[in-house]
Amino acid sequence: MDQLLQQLVNGVLIGLVYSLLAIGLTLVWGVMNVLNFAHGDFLMIGMFLSYWMYALGGIDPLFSIPVNAVALFLMGMFIYRFIISKVMHGPGLAQLVVTFGVSIFIANFAALIWTPNFRSIEHTLLSGTWDLSGIKLSIPKFVSSIGSVVTSFLLFSFLRYTRTGKAILAVEMDREAATIMGINTERINSLSFAIGSALVGVAGALLATHYYIYPFVGGTFGLICFCIVALGGFGSIEGAFIAGILVGVVQTLGGYIFDPAYKLAIVFVMYLITVWIRPQGLRGW
Amino acid sequence: MHDLTAKQLTLGGVVLALLVALPLLVPSPFFQHVMIITFMFAMCGVAWNVMGGYAGMFSFGQVAFFGIGAYTSSFLLLTFQVSPWIGLLAGGVISAILAAAIGYPCSNLRGHYFAIASIAFGEIIRIVFNNWHLVGAAEGLTIPMLKESLGNFMFHSSKLPYYYIMLAFLLLAIAVCWWVSASKMGYYFRAIKESHEVAEVLGVNVVRFRLYAIMISAFLTSFAGTFYAQYILYIDPESVMILPISVQIVLVAMLGGASTVLGPVFGAAILIPLSEYSRAFLGYKGTGVDMIVYGTLITIISMYQPNGVWGAIVERLRKGGK
Repeated sequence: MDQLLQQLVNGVLIGLVYSLLAIGLTLVWGVMNVLNFAHGDFLMIGMFLSYWMYALGGIDPLFSIPVNAVALFLMGMFIYRFIISKVMHGPGLAQLVVTFGVSIFIANFAALIWTPNFRSIEHTLLSGTWDLSGIKLSIPKFVSSIGSVVTSFLLFSFLRYTRTGKAILAVEMDREAATIMGINTERINSLSFAIGSALVGVAGALLATHYYIYPFVGGTFGLICFCIVALGGFGSIEGAFIAGILVGVVQTLGGYIFDPAYKLAIVFVMYLITVWIRPQGLRGW
Repeated sequence: MHDLTAKQLTLGGVVLALLVALPLLVPSPFFQHVMIITFMFAMCGVAWNVMGGYAGMFSFGQVAFFGIGAYTSSFLLLTFQVSPWIGLLAGGVISAILAAAIGYPCSNLRGHYFAIASIAFGEIIRIVFNNWHLVGAAEGLTIPMLKESLGNFMFHSSKLPYYYIMLAFLLLAIAVCWWVSASKMGYYFRAIKESHEVAEVLGVNVVRFRLYAIMISAFLTSFAGTFYAQYILYIDPESVMILPISVQIVLVAMLGGASTVLGPVFGAAILIPLSEYSRAFLGYKGTGVDMIVYGTLITIISMYQPNGVWGAIVERLRKGGK
């Protein structure tokens, strides 16, 4: 029983980080209807940024969060401006495939300059575990999940209470109507893509405190994120947040009950069953 | 769909004659290998086109059918000494059944949702095979060495028989795709691609015809998988069931031009030699430079030639003709 509870806790902790990752992806999907296959690779870049700041400058991953956010924001803007915007009016298939190209490029380029080796940050401010009457709580994992919640909340408030945020939501609901209302949709696209990337940058710093860092780390995270986003529903931020926790729990508990080797398969099966019953996802319309 | 004109038939015949003669003129084994792999991906691209190009279901899970084709024939040969030719058909049938089984619950999914479901499906199959001890789990299967003969689907002294078998498979796939595109079913597919609702209102049974498209596509893709197993003689989940193969298949179709019969063939003719030669020249150090080039290429093509090279050629010919 304690073991089960322990797995549940671990599931929620990793699930909250998934939520943050998926929110960035769903924002891009909702606003411009583009599936960003390079999302996981952006995460990898965020993790490496934190790693190098730690390895070369001794900066703790916690303090590299703002640097990551700004760096990835700029990178997102750059990639949108020079690559994504060029396919926005093209056929759907080209939009699906273009980010695959970006993903292969980024991951292999990282492998070339940083070698494909696994790295990790050994001593952070957060190392250690708390023991809560039998249930072990890893401090870095706990702080990461808190960080994810805070960041998600900030984004949520930004979208609800600022003019720019409301403009993003308006474009997400109805692009044409938003254009008629005088919203510069091109600017909103670029901004959403940049914000989506910045969120991944934050997640990268949080994950770097306790996860292995290597050039191909993005692959699995990217796939999980797709499932979460589709599970949550088209462009739904709340949906992605809930689905992220759900996937984290299902993955951890499923791996514990059946076989860890199948934990991803279980997530994918859950996804297929859910969209069978609700093709629009949990919170989609 | 108009019938083929005499001019098109002649052109097709000349190209075919050239392809038959090519490996005799260029005896380099590596060149022949590149051609074989090109044909193989061309076949997969043509098969993808039936569901992706015509019926509008962008599948990123084709590798599941490719892998099942490879595994079915190899497993039957290893365990029951069944001829790979029978295994080829068995793989095709199993793939088509599986395609229907997974396609049915996905029949309401469109666009990105379908694409993600297909990725999930491919990954599930890979994870299952990676842990399934009956089929060798992560160690894979080694196809036993038999005497070389057409009946055994195995040749050791030359790549030529493989070349011609794969060419024949490709022609089969093209014939099927051409038949589909010219038939009533092809028009139903196009209607479904444009709009489910409109197709439904016009009396097209959307669910059933989507399933047909997926099954035809899976059946043909599975053939390519069996061929790969007999050609390489060793398979494991990491070589026949990974997502990058699915992506490669989509790229081949997109690059050539989706929803044209011959588009994927052109796509394969451009992409596969580029990727095989760049791997041979740049990839030998294992630095992944070939993959960097490949990624750049994909990005540039999607940005500047989103309708495919073949689409661009057809467009130009049409404009020139008028």
